[in-house]
Amino acid sequence: MGMKESLPPQADAQRYALLLGWGTRVGLILLILSFAAYVTGALSPHVPLERLPSLWNLPVDAYHAMTHTPEVFDWMALIRHGDRINMIGIAVLAGCSLPPLLALIPLFLKQRNGIIYAAICALEAVVLLLAASGVLSAGH
Amino acid sequence: MSHPVTYWQSATSSFMPWHRLWLLLPLLLMLVAPVQADEVMQLMPAQSNESAAPASTLPWWFWPLALFVTCFFIGIVAVPAGIGGGTLFVPIVGGFFPFHLDFVRGAGLLVALASALAAGPMLLRGGLANLRLALPLALLASISSIAGAMLGLALPANVIQIALGAIVLGIVALMLSVKKSEFPVVTQPDRLSSILGIHGVFIDGASGRSIDWQVHRTPMGLVMFLLIGVMAGMFGIGAGWANVPALNLLMGVPLKVSAGTSGLVLSMVDSAAAWVYMNRGAVLPMIAVPSIVGMMLGARIGARLLNVLPGSVIRKMVIALLLFAGLRAFMKGTGLWV
Repeated sequence: MGMKESLPPQADAQRYALLLGWGTRVGLILLILSFAAYVTGALSPHVPLERLPSLWNLPVDAYHAMTHTPEVFDWMALIRHGDRINMIGIAVLAGCSLPPLLALIPLFLKQRNGIIYAAICALEAVVLLLAASGVLSAGH
Repeated sequence: MSHPVTYWQSATSSFMPWHRLWLLLPLLLMLVAPVQADEVMQLMPAQSNESAAPASTLPWWFWPLALFVTCFFIGIVAVPAGIGGGTLFVPIVGGFFPFHLDFVRGAGLLVALASALAAGPMLLRGGLANLRLALPLALLASISSIAGAMLGLALPANVIQIALGAIVLGIVALMLSVKKSEFPVVTQPDRLSSILGIHGVFIDGASGRSIDWQVHRTPMGLVMFLLIGVMAGMFGIGAGWANVPALNLLMGVPLKVSAGTSGLVLSMVDSAAAWVYMNRGAVLPMIAVPSIVGMMLGARIGARLLNVLPGSVIRKMVIALLLFAGLRAFMKGTGLWV
């Protein structure tokens, strides 16, 4: 372990942090605003609030059957409703690693031996996109 | 030179003002309140029951409000205890709230994800999270977390409850037994880490020193993160409790860089698993949003009170809570305490 001068943060870390920070902020703001619209009744929910206590104790499949909610990728369906519109903020949070990963690729390609990390970033982005696509699903 | 410290050393170094124990009373009350609502719990169908019999005579807003307050206090204690909020969230909420475990795990992943995202930029800018270390581990753990999430949603709830109980009790054992090294000595980096260029420098805030670090046992670390990803996806508990020991003890990463990089890894791994739960419809905003907001507000206060609250007392209480919640999950799964 050696003693060194303070080092400025690396450009890749800076870029990743900047984009991740903005994605998180946008996601949280959307989440809070949409949830406020949901609980105040500004947007009518697909499942009435009063019914929730009799439904949230059910397995996800039974919940879908009882509420006539589409099975796969259902957060996109019925998005105009107060309960479903919350999924936009949640999706932004779940997806906000994607832009910084893609933004790292050109930076890594400029670095010595950076092609491995550019490939890892691309693969991670593919994994996240695959997960987000709804292709992968499971049920009881 | 290696300086062995306890797993929660940074959180427990402050003097213990026992007279401040009253600060923890609201958390205890919140955890007891749902248990006392026996008349509500008795009206609930069993977790595996497909019927939609009324689960609660209380108004709809009671449980989200209770969830918000509980998560607020979990957030406060999670920071000084040095454990991710998701690790406490799933066993406590799964054990004592009337929500199905499918929805609790979906919310748990989002709670862990939001916490990791909120901390990630600061950790990166401070040099405590390292991209070259995080990316290969996150890639493998993301893939396996998707498999874990699919497996978790395919298995019966009681099987998941029993396994969750076992995992939580294992975490308790880990917290009680594992020691950590603040600056592990890595004399020779392994070949894979050399090829990948995994090494770095960070400024230790306590001493003001710049610390060079490198890693070893990278292939074993990659395998370990594959397993960690499965658990994160299956149980929705985040995986900071496993990430940090794997990075620090196995790969020889300094403790603070381990904790920071763990958060960065979690932000990608939990994203991948969260999508599976979302697309399966296992995320209910009425459960997820109060949990996320409550946990993040609590974590902000917890971070500010880090040097004020009695860290070691909180750690012991968190261990006791996990022990209780782990036993509850186990007994709920086996039908001994429904």
